Amino acid sequence: MAQDLFNSFMTGPDEKGRFGDFGGRFVSETLMPLILELEAQYEKAKTDDSFWAEMHDLWTHYVGRPSPLYYAERLTEHLGGAKIYLKRDELNHTGAHKINNVLGQIILARRMGKTRIIAETGAGQHGVATATVCAKFGLKCIVYMGAHDVERQAPNVFRMRLLGTEVVPVTSGRGTLKDAMNDALRDWVTNVRDTFYCIGTVAGPHPYPAMVRDFQSIIGKEAKEQMMAAEDRLPDTIIAAIGGGSNAMGLFYPFLDDKDVGIIGVEAGGKGVNEKMEHCASLTGGRPGVLHGNRTYLLQDDDGQILEGFSISAGLDYPGIGPEHAWLHDIGRAQYVSITDVEALEAFQLCCQQEGIIPALEPSHALAHVMKIAPDLPKDHIICMNMCGRGDKDIFTVARALDFDMGEFE
Amino acid sequence: MSRIDAKFAELRAAGKKAFVAYVMAGDTDYDTGFEVMQGLPAAGVDIIELGMPFTDPMADGSTIQLAGQRALEGGMTLEMTLQYARDFRKSDDTTPIVMMGYYNPIYSRGVDAFLTDAKEAGIDGLIVVDLPPEEDDELCIPAQAAGINFIRLATPTTDDKRLPTVLQNTSGFVYYVSMTGITGTADVQSDEVAPEVARIKAATNLPVIVGFGIKTPADAKAVASVSDGAVVGSAIVAKIGAGEPVPDVLGFVGELADGAHSD
Repeated sequence: MAQDLFNSFMTGPDEKGRFGDFGGRFVSETLMPLILELEAQYEKAKTDDSFWAEMHDLWTHYVGRPSPLYYAERLTEHLGGAKIYLKRDELNHTGAHKINNVLGQIILARRMGKTRIIAETGAGQHGVATATVCAKFGLKCIVYMGAHDVERQAPNVFRMRLLGTEVVPVTSGRGTLKDAMNDALRDWVTNVRDTFYCIGTVAGPHPYPAMVRDFQSIIGKEAKEQMMAAEDRLPDTIIAAIGGGSNAMGLFYPFLDDKDVGIIGVEAGGKGVNEKMEHCASLTGGRPGVLHGNRTYLLQDDDGQILEGFSISAGLDYPGIGPEHAWLHDIGRAQYVSITDVEALEAFQLCCQQEGIIPALEPSHALAHVMKIAPDLPKDHIICMNMCGRGDKDIFTVARALDFDMGEFE
Repeated sequence: MSRIDAKFAELRAAGKKAFVAYVMAGDTDYDTGFEVMQGLPAAGVDIIELGMPFTDPMADGSTIQLAGQRALEGGMTLEMTLQYARDFRKSDDTTPIVMMGYYNPIYSRGVDAFLTDAKEAGIDGLIVVDLPPEEDDELCIPAQAAGINFIRLATPTTDDKRLPTVLQNTSGFVYYVSMTGITGTADVQSDEVAPEVARIKAATNLPVIVGFGIKTPADAKAVASVSDGAVVGSAIVAKIGAGEPVPDVLGFVGELADGAHSD
């Protein structure tokens, strides 16, 4: 297997920001000096104990970490095979894993003397997390959000506004997450002196993919310790959903060199991964290309034009994927699969009924894959799945999909 | 001598500054876009920047983005953009053509295949916005080896320390971006541009051309007076997008060219 060639999977990226052939710094000259400065500042912060002390203090008292590792007993019995644990990152303040990363970037922004924070958001979870931390520190915050998403995620738009953030509906292109990212980059290139771009996933130009991974790795570090405490061994399989891939990278990274731990990333299969391209499965249905500062797998046509993704989950609705996932895919260290909207909706309901947990649609994709594989695995096989977000934001979408009339509540 | 070098030699001999015009290939449709392109030299354009449509033009404002969308909706492809150059060369073998856009369509076609085709089509230079010097191995160095100039953008954030990095491997000319920002938005401030152009010229023998925010013949004149020439894109593309007849568009281009040349 290709992975035997590597002594460690945890050394990337290289000095050019590459994971194998993926990653890099494909940005305009105006942004290049900013990215080099960010890299230098992050390298400094990374080895500074006071930086991490501040992070841990806020993780503990503001976010509510560590998040529990929970044995899903009824779900395990229901599926009748592998023993299923859920890493409960949906219990974080703001309801998802996104805040783990935002805290790190905002503390860094403050150290760099930046006073204006910009972010892109799809479902709104990263936008809400950024708005939240900016409110806490009294920073000006502007969030770019596709006009289509503004419409379908109205509660999160209102949350951001309550938190004092300016939400800018993006109508350029097709008004989706990738267009929101384009507009955030346009803002950054215009306001270079005072502005910090807080990217929400493990994508973008180096150092973002590595930096966001490092901040999210708290998920995997905790899971490892908690699993040792609960079972006195590591899990056999770890599973997470992937849009850009930040919750997955956060869970996976600390396990990369534990070669007996199987790693599975679950992409959004939308209406099915086929030639109609109505999905967001960049790895299973795309090919390598360059967008938003990095080389990675992208949904694109024969001419290199970027295609729109399709998924019931706004949080997975992105035509790319973090470059480290692209690399892990190519070298075979992690396996990537896709789950359709229909399968994710089934998992969503099962989780509500069996565990009393309303999951977000994103981790519902991961759970749907757990449902597929758990029954055929032995009872001593341990699965750890990242429950990366709660489903409150998705109830209207799910109600519509299930033909439930929310009437005046909507 | 490349067409770009020959053009600058000719301009120097005549004591003239360069006027560079940007148009989007395939905007508003294949034939209109080509008709505009073909008319540019007679309108006074010294160098043509031929925009390659891309779905996600992150350094461009809405004018260029919409032009790209119109072109793509009309079925424009990179191959068809190359066909513009081939057809243009049937009647004009001296006006330099610089293709400008983003890396992914080129990467998707394959760098070697693209460079071979571009050279054969009569392309003289490339401006690829999302390829900074840090990614020179991708396209810049292979392009130079294939005999195509790789024209770099220098910006207000390119400080003295970084400038040599940006100038290294640059050929043809240097494109100075007059502001931090995207195309087609704020107005150029030629008094701010002058010291920056002087700073770059102190570090290179290449001509320094200035773009971004140049909208009127007066802007073109002011910028040309402090540099080696001016680029206008969005102001021309806006007229094409508004559906103005090609002769009117070219008339406007002529006024801009006169502005740049009047210095």
